[in-house]
Amino acid sequence: MEIAEELAKQQKAISVAEFFEKNRQILGFDSAPRALITCVKEAVDNALDACEEASILPDIFVQIKRTGDLYQVVVEDNGPGIVPDEIPRVFAKLLYGSRFHTLRQSRGQQGIGISAAVLYSQLTSGKPVKIISKIGPGQPARLCEVMINTAKNEPEVLKEETVDWDRPRGTRVEMEMEGSYVRSRRQSVYGSLKSVAIVNPHARITLVEPDGATEVFERATESLPKKAQAIQPHPEGIELGELIKLLRYTERKKLKVFLKETFSSIGTITAQEICKLSLLDPERPPQGLGHEEAKRLLSAFKKIKVKSPPVDCLSPIGEELIKAGLQKEYKLDFMATATRPVSVYSGNPFQIEVGLGYGGDLEKEGRVEIQRFANRVPLVYQQGACAITHAVESVPWKNYSLAQAGGGGVPLGPAVLLVHVASTNIPFTSESKDAIADLPEILEEIELGLKEVGRRLRRYLARQGALSDRREKEEIIRKILPRMARKLSDILGIEEPDIGPVVAKIMGNLLVRQESCQQDGLISVRIELENHSDLKRAFKLHEVLSVEAVAVSPPARVVPMGDAYDYHWKITLGPGERTSLDYRLLPDATFSGPVVEGLDPDIVTGARVI
Amino acid sequence: MSSLAQEKLLDLARSLYRQFQEGIVPHIALPSRTKNNIEYSSEEEVWVYGDQETTRSVKTVRGARTLLKTVHLADLLIKEHLQNNRGSTLREIYYISENWELAKFHEQAESDRLIEDLEIVTGLQREEYHIRPEEDGAAIFGPLRIKEKTRRGAREMHCQEDVGEAGYQIPFNVESIEFKEHDAKMVIAIETGGMYARLIENGFDREFDAILVHLKGQPARSTRRLIRRLNAELSIPVVVFTDGDPWSYRIFASIAYGAIKSAHLSEHLVTPSAKFLGVQPSDIVDYNLSTDKLTDQDLHALKSELTDPRFNTPYWEKQIKFQIDLKRKAEQQAFAGKGLDYVTRTYLPKRLQELGII
Repeated sequence: MEIAEELAKQQKAISVAEFFEKNRQILGFDSAPRALITCVKEAVDNALDACEEASILPDIFVQIKRTGDLYQVVVEDNGPGIVPDEIPRVFAKLLYGSRFHTLRQSRGQQGIGISAAVLYSQLTSGKPVKIISKIGPGQPARLCEVMINTAKNEPEVLKEETVDWDRPRGTRVEMEMEGSYVRSRRQSVYGSLKSVAIVNPHARITLVEPDGATEVFERATESLPKKAQAIQPHPEGIELGELIKLLRYTERKKLKVFLKETFSSIGTITAQEICKLSLLDPERPPQGLGHEEAKRLLSAFKKIKVKSPPVDCLSPIGEELIKAGLQKEYKLDFMATATRPVSVYSGNPFQIEVGLGYGGDLEKEGRVEIQRFANRVPLVYQQGACAITHAVESVPWKNYSLAQAGGGGVPLGPAVLLVHVASTNIPFTSESKDAIADLPEILEEIELGLKEVGRRLRRYLARQGALSDRREKEEIIRKILPRMARKLSDILGIEEPDIGPVVAKIMGNLLVRQESCQQDGLISVRIELENHSDLKRAFKLHEVLSVEAVAVSPPARVVPMGDAYDYHWKITLGPGERTSLDYRLLPDATFSGPVVEGLDPDIVTGARVI
Repeated sequence: MSSLAQEKLLDLARSLYRQFQEGIVPHIALPSRTKNNIEYSSEEEVWVYGDQETTRSVKTVRGARTLLKTVHLADLLIKEHLQNNRGSTLREIYYISENWELAKFHEQAESDRLIEDLEIVTGLQREEYHIRPEEDGAAIFGPLRIKEKTRRGAREMHCQEDVGEAGYQIPFNVESIEFKEHDAKMVIAIETGGMYARLIENGFDREFDAILVHLKGQPARSTRRLIRRLNAELSIPVVVFTDGDPWSYRIFASIAYGAIKSAHLSEHLVTPSAKFLGVQPSDIVDYNLSTDKLTDQDLHALKSELTDPRFNTPYWEKQIKFQIDLKRKAEQQAFAGKGLDYVTRTYLPKRLQELGII
């Protein structure tokens, strides 16, 4: 036998289930703690998707129990349930699903997640998975025990029966598996459910941990998120092979109708224009187009500015709920959110939402925390490989008042960033859905969103800065200048200088100075006033004297009050203006010192204020 | 001497005091100490600070703190140093500030900088305020007889005959040295200790009547001052022998052109006629030397030198651009690859001839 023939005997098709059995890390089952998190996440994602499709407010129950060496995971929802015939394939056949062929935002896409969890469970425990589902109050509940035949990627049903179940409708999954339960910060069942709760504020999630502790992540809203509609592919960024496939298998008879009906955002007029640009007869049957002609069609797509895809295929979280979600988990001084318009990569619409929280209890130093979400699912692992992280790193945060080591990388400071990517098809870097791929369109949109919240942060901090400016100046006035004056007098061996005038200048205050001296047997008093602020100041200046004064200039109004006299002047000083008041007294007279009426005490130096 | 230093510090205190009294926000003006603000003084043939000034005033918290520290420092120098004829090192001053509370220095670099500022404002060198650097340690070896005034009396010695193999150690205050006599035809300033020892071992100083100065990397002020004095007072030509990398060219620049940080002292420290002996980038190719790759920092430094006014000469432009293309650097010790005598028998005589020294 020839070698080639020998080799040919060994060639055989590999079942997808067998493939994943040997490459479980691809699906996110590479370590014991992680496997447990992934199983819970897949079951919860399915539950949330099902509830949303049926417009039911999700109420999800998650329980983790120890059973000997193994863990049992139970996830129960109040969703629409699954018809009995479908149960085995939904849970025990990989790549079986309802969403792969539609363009609509949903958590699951390929129909791998829950079956992969089942596969992991049977691999590590050797036991089947138990499912109970009920599709309506009048209907019986169906119990199924299934396993995956990995050689064929087909379900095997070990037990099937009708049971009593107290829920009106819903689905319950019980799986046993090897695992390890941790309760560290983010990378844990607890942490990941907490993140799920942030971006799904319409869901109630109850978690019962192995030690019996119960945690309820309560709803923050009673309204369901807008339901995402299924749409046709968008012409922007579609690839040639995909276009040729669509042309060949369409049932439309005319090219212009094909264009209008197959793609979103193309109307009759745009269809005509595309045909004209690509020099093709709009009446031609699309099936007959050759390779060259398809290429021309594609380049016409690129030349014509087709309007953005319809937004109703996406279901963003919304700025209100992002804020509510952030507030639920952190104590913050400031929040900003940004929602980018819908954009397209390779014919897939996507939309970016960004939230930023600042201050409060967040750590003052160290890197900013990044919360990543894709279609409302938190991304916990492989932060360094994700487009969201890369976009965060490429923003020059110094321009937005956050420090950045060496002018690049994740910014530093008391902030948390939340980025949500919503799309009909999220381009993950791998099947374990840990990180979003670095597509230029997506990177750019995330950056724009980040810069928008960055600008708002900068404005907020600038306002705070103006307040702290005054506080800073007070430090100069209260602590530094008096010490400097004392030290200078030490060195020079003379009296301390009067720091009043300098203080008034620095603070931009009204400076009041009173001097007196003996002259011709009388006390000669002078009050000097200087306005160091940028504003016009109008006020009254009082001086209470024990006797009547002489030579008062300019003249003052005098109000006798018992055994004293209240002298007062009405004064208006523009910015930088100064004036002085003079009078004389008998040598044994007393005077109170100047008192200012009608100004904030903070902006007066050298006089009391009433 | 001390009374002049004291008078200068008192002047500074008086001017701040007066500003308070006249209601002027207290401030001092300083030349800005950057690459963009040094210019060539044709009179002194050295690089000095230009006209750009920065004002330090108590209007900002930072300025106010720095001025408060300046006043504290002046107080220390007057009362402890000058009036008691005591001194401290740069580092000791940093520690002394421990109990100045608000005026405490956060790191030594801060107090060092403030001392430089004080030199600029008063026009006196830190030695006159009895401030010493941590270590001097650089050494010279060669046919030169000197007399040094020490605290324990005057000492006279010959820098070849009366010293050990390491040479005569340069004191921090070079003004205490008096040159007696010499037979030198040149001063060779050498960056590394290895090459300095090589030249002594090979008897280069005797054969070529050379005074060897070990720079110990970036040379201290005292070393630069001594080189300047040898050149200015005894008219001995100076050549500088360093590694062939951008950092070494800066060592040469600090000797021949002046350092950006101490441009206020250029006229005391700089030897404008000093010539660069090598290792030149072109030597790397001409002598086929073992090399290392330029790092990113090296490249960055070379490019920054292209915009440094001190290197704005056809010679340096050509050499630096050549090295950027070459992407390699070489150490002085690379000559050892051709035998231990190669540097003293072949390279140095050839280069000294090219420079017109021999």
